[in-house]
Amino acid sequence: METLLFFQQEVIPAFLKGLRVSILLILPSAVVGLMIGTVTGALRAYGNRGVRLVADAYATLFRGIPLVVQLFMWYFGLPYFNVYLNPFAASVIGFSLCSGAYHSEYVRGAFLSIKRGQLSAALALGFTRLQMVTAILLPQGFRRALPGCGNELIYLVKYSSLAYMITCIELTGEAKVLASMTFRYTEIFFAVGLVYLGLVTFASWLLQLVEDRFTVPGFEHHEL
Amino acid sequence: MPEGLTAVITAFPYLLQGSLVTVAVVLGAMVSGLVLGVLLAVGQVYGRRPVRLLARVYVWFFRGVPLLVLLFLFYFGLFSVLDINLSAFTVAIIVLGLISAAYQSQIFRGAILSLPEGQFKAARALGMSDLKAISFIVLPQALRFSIPGWSNEYSIVLKDSAVVFALGVAEIMARTHFVATRTYQYLPLYLAAGFLYLVLTFVGVKALRMVEEKVRIPGYSRPGIG
Amino acid sequence: MADESILKVENIRKAFGKRHVLKGVSLSIRKGELKVLMGPSGAGKSTLLQCINFLVTPDEGEVWLEGSRLNRARKHDLYAYRQQVGMIFQDFNLFDHLCALDNIEIGLVRVKGLHKDAARERAMGELERVGLSDHAHHYPAQLSGGQKQRVSIARALAMDPKVMLLDEPTSALDPELIGEVLAVIRNLVANGMTMIMATHQIGFSRALADEIIFMEDGQIVEQGPSVKMFSDAVSERTRAFCAKISELYGETF
Repeated sequence: METLLFFQQEVIPAFLKGLRVSILLILPSAVVGLMIGTVTGALRAYGNRGVRLVADAYATLFRGIPLVVQLFMWYFGLPYFNVYLNPFAASVIGFSLCSGAYHSEYVRGAFLSIKRGQLSAALALGFTRLQMVTAILLPQGFRRALPGCGNELIYLVKYSSLAYMITCIELTGEAKVLASMTFRYTEIFFAVGLVYLGLVTFASWLLQLVEDRFTVPGFEHHEL
Repeated sequence: MPEGLTAVITAFPYLLQGSLVTVAVVLGAMVSGLVLGVLLAVGQVYGRRPVRLLARVYVWFFRGVPLLVLLFLFYFGLFSVLDINLSAFTVAIIVLGLISAAYQSQIFRGAILSLPEGQFKAARALGMSDLKAISFIVLPQALRFSIPGWSNEYSIVLKDSAVVFALGVAEIMARTHFVATRTYQYLPLYLAAGFLYLVLTFVGVKALRMVEEKVRIPGYSRPGIG
Repeated sequence: MADESILKVENIRKAFGKRHVLKGVSLSIRKGELKVLMGPSGAGKSTLLQCINFLVTPDEGEVWLEGSRLNRARKHDLYAYRQQVGMIFQDFNLFDHLCALDNIEIGLVRVKGLHKDAARERAMGELERVGLSDHAHHYPAQLSGGQKQRVSIARALAMDPKVMLLDEPTSALDPELIGEVLAVIRNLVANGMTMIMATHQIGFSRALADEIIFMEDGQIVEQGPSVKMFSDAVSERTRAFCAKISELYGETF
């Protein structure tokens, strides 16, 4: 009874507040990350040597360095150049650049898996280059990249919790604050874990829906 | 950047010690994740319904809840409620290991399922029990196929290990931040930390590729891939 | 007659969903006999052989080995039974992570509990018997189809089986490799091994089989001594099948 009241009066309001921040972190990061990833992925697949080199280096660095380190660089490191970001902005930038690097990996792989012959065939049929890209390249690339990029979006939901480490108080942060005040760590963190589980499960379900909608024979994604 | 460079050079031995802690955490997590992950994978493929269900719920939970939340839950919550006194270092290994087990089980499960069915059948035809067939025929092959996936998992666990800084484990990131707050050379030090992680990734992946080459079966590659 | 039989199978039935693959098959075999299962693909030959070894669990049916009924609910009895019934698969099923020698050894060590040295010696002997002692340390991926099948026969022989079940042992092989495997099986016949073999090799069967069992649609349609079966099969279908097979494989009889 007392626990119920505690949840009603303290936990749920705090979680809702945190959840709102979490979603405000996740959505722009997802969109910007996907944009960065698509462009970088395309450059890595089709760019000339110099462009490829730069884009590959970006992907290697941002996939190789832990996200926490990256977040700390944006938040604590940028002032080195007299750029001061608030925790929220630093988080969004950090998430976008990091997940963009991962997206680029899937997008690149997707583009490279499309056989060149299909592009020649399109050109032979009289497609313009732009038509070839929009009618042949993107529809196939999208399908091939979907499972990987979708997974990356799901990871983003989980990794958004790291914003707390640079003092952006989102869902995990609210939980931590409340738990430290009430010492009810187990209930609160278990509850917050369930909220994330719900978010992740919902996102996976959504992704599955999109995949099913766009599936074409030969493009099935076999989950291991 | 001369000041920054001095700070990095001065702190470097201290950071290198941190990378030993990082390596210890990662290895501990990977190995415990391996043992539990194999059990979960075998349970998911060969187990009865309740076992399969249990394994799936486990995987769903530990893949869905963020690492930071689990670290807090176990360190501040569960273990102190149960009155188990564990160091942050140990809790870090346990939590990373539990999560990695969920991911590793998916790697092993895929590898087991990629084996031709005849391998298991032929083992049973010789009179092997299921347990023997799994231990002597299925797993020796499946684990070999899992090395590339495992190497990927290593680089993920390595990067995730930076999060255990939140519990105060004195690994690379914790030490870097500690020095940075005293010298104010944040960016150069974080770059140094990033460099250390890149090196550790590179070394680990290289080492695993050597292992893969060493245990490779002549003329044989994973069914359906090569 | 039944009491002399080394292996007896009674009323095996198996359905996969609604498809009845075996509709009550019984047979028995005496020591030293070779019985050949023939019939179109989908007749249930392979399922029958796998049911006899319980690699596929039959819905109904009993099996006796040397007069004693197998209680397959007892795992220990089942494993012991399988050791005594060798199985040769169409696609060899060698253990891909083990070299030829280790493929033979592993059953001896892990199942029979032999000492490593004794197992090695025995395995080497079996490899010699199938003419592959110089390939002992080759891995399956380094062997030809015919060599793989010979190793798999050696693997089964090493367990000292009382009966061997051969499921189309040559059907996955290139024509020029069939001969070497048949030669090994012919040797087994000469040495008095008891065998049930599914095959389409008519010439081989006619020369060596004690009995031909013709199956179709999950049932035994006709059975009898090989000479009789091929010269004057009673059933029209048996005759038609044999004619088609010999046409396909260019064998005359």
